[in-house]
Amino acid sequence: MIDGVTILTLFVLAAFVGVEVVSKVSSTLHTPLMSGANAIHGIILVGSIAVTAPAQDWALIAVGVLAVVLATMNLVGGFVVTDRMLEMFSANRPTARPEREPVTGGQSR
Amino acid sequence: MNLLPPALAALGYLVAAVLFILALKGLASPRTARRGNALGALGAAIAVVVVLLSTDFHGANLIIVLVAIAIGLVVAVPAARSVRMTDMPQLVALFNGVGGGAAALVGIVELAEWSGATPSVATTATAFGVLVGSLSFSGSIVTFLKLQGLMTSRPVVAPAAPVLMALSLLAGLGLAAAVALTGNVWVGVGAALLGAVLGVLLVLPVGGADVPIVISLLNALTGLAVAASGWAMGNTLLLVAGTLVGASGTILTLAMATAMGRSVSGIMFGALRGGSTAGSTTVSDRPVRRASADDVAITLAYARRVVIVPGYGLAVAQAQHAVAELVTVLRARSVDAVYGIHPVAGRMPGHMNVLLAEANVPYELLIEAEDLNPTMPSTDVVVVVGANDVVNPAARTDPSAPIYGMPIINADEAGQVIFLKRSMRPGFAGIENELLFSPKTQVLFGDAKTSLRAVLTALKEV
Repeated sequence: MIDGVTILTLFVLAAFVGVEVVSKVSSTLHTPLMSGANAIHGIILVGSIAVTAPAQDWALIAVGVLAVVLATMNLVGGFVVTDRMLEMFSANRPTARPEREPVTGGQSR
Repeated sequence: MNLLPPALAALGYLVAAVLFILALKGLASPRTARRGNALGALGAAIAVVVVLLSTDFHGANLIIVLVAIAIGLVVAVPAARSVRMTDMPQLVALFNGVGGGAAALVGIVELAEWSGATPSVATTATAFGVLVGSLSFSGSIVTFLKLQGLMTSRPVVAPAAPVLMALSLLAGLGLAAAVALTGNVWVGVGAALLGAVLGVLLVLPVGGADVPIVISLLNALTGLAVAASGWAMGNTLLLVAGTLVGASGTILTLAMATAMGRSVSGIMFGALRGGSTAGSTTVSDRPVRRASADDVAITLAYARRVVIVPGYGLAVAQAQHAVAELVTVLRARSVDAVYGIHPVAGRMPGHMNVLLAEANVPYELLIEAEDLNPTMPSTDVVVVVGANDVVNPAARTDPSAPIYGMPIINADEAGQVIFLKRSMRPGFAGIENELLFSPKTQVLFGDAKTSLRAVLTALKEV
């Protein structure tokens, strides 16, 4: 266990960093940024694993396992869906356009 | 397994924490966003390997945990891969909710393992994590139901809602205090249940248009719940990562609210105070000038400058490819056609950019509202596709309107306005749009995709 003051120090410093890194973000990126931050708090998976590991009572194991499943969904799903959003942005570059153009063209009559 | 000594494990967590900071930093800029996200995923992978290697597992718990991770993967990855971009906001809400739920469950397991711990900072942090995590879980589920259309997107105000809310809040805080003092697991379960009730009560009165801001707020709250778990367990990574998300999520929530010209307290409690998000749901029967697809095609073909304003209706109709084709055809006829993108077009800030990027629309043609408005008086035609509130002049002229003060696209200053609409139903804000009844406005009724296809066909014959 770490002492309270060290933890408080970490908390305050992390809060400042969190504010600092996202200030001045264009509104275009609000959605992917929210989604990315959403994925990061899926790291509760580490906590879920840590509390499930020593459990002996079957009821506690069950609750811990549920936490692990939910946290994995948050963590992995969050990063995958954010990547899909951002993939759209980069598919937008001129180099990637010609391959997709026939698809759009094919829909016209 | 106990292969990693604690000092090495702590180092591994430090690396992961730094990667998370770099991830957020990268996500804040378009050029580095994708790499940022990948760095975050790498940090998460390192952290999970570290915890698996450095923890003592009792009995078969390692296998059980690995199976649980596999189940989570099997559920989440296909969902995240196959979700339609229009449905993405509710999936983000769902992922946020399950994260909050996990934080609450972790707190409950901890309380059970401590079995009646003495009051300390750790029990206080656990009480906070249980209450807030479970609030975030149930609140996110309600936002999911609202966005998925499984319940009304209008504000729902229960009778005596303010009293009910105040009582639940007091009871929730009381139970959390009891958890902090006794460390009793059953009191913890009670706090979790009250947190869930609070989450539902908090989100029900929020109107559909404001739901994205609430998702962002709940996201910040889940971050804080995770930070509290880290505090309770003495795990620096959970503490730092959770705090990062809590702080950046709060800033992001404020930035989104500013982009929509709303205040966070107005969004959360406006409907309770009897008004600001509750709008009319009545369908107006005032006459509008109807146009046919041919009329629209002729108007567009002989215009010099056309601005397309896409909204959520375009996303629902999956019409992003049709609208992209319309702009291509118009530009080929040397009409200066561009897109006018309102910051909150779609369901989340930036959502419309994602949808149009999916249809390969070049970035240069997407003009943001503030750059667009000075050119409006010299614009011949504005085509509003499935949008309403973002071009409603009431935001400038009517101080009693719920959207008053929200920056809008000044479509009313253009020569002509064409609305492609499904019906006369008002937008998310639930208010009538005077622009629809203006003499310079024509309305083409129908599904956005069908209407656009009809206009495209008609354009070929002009």
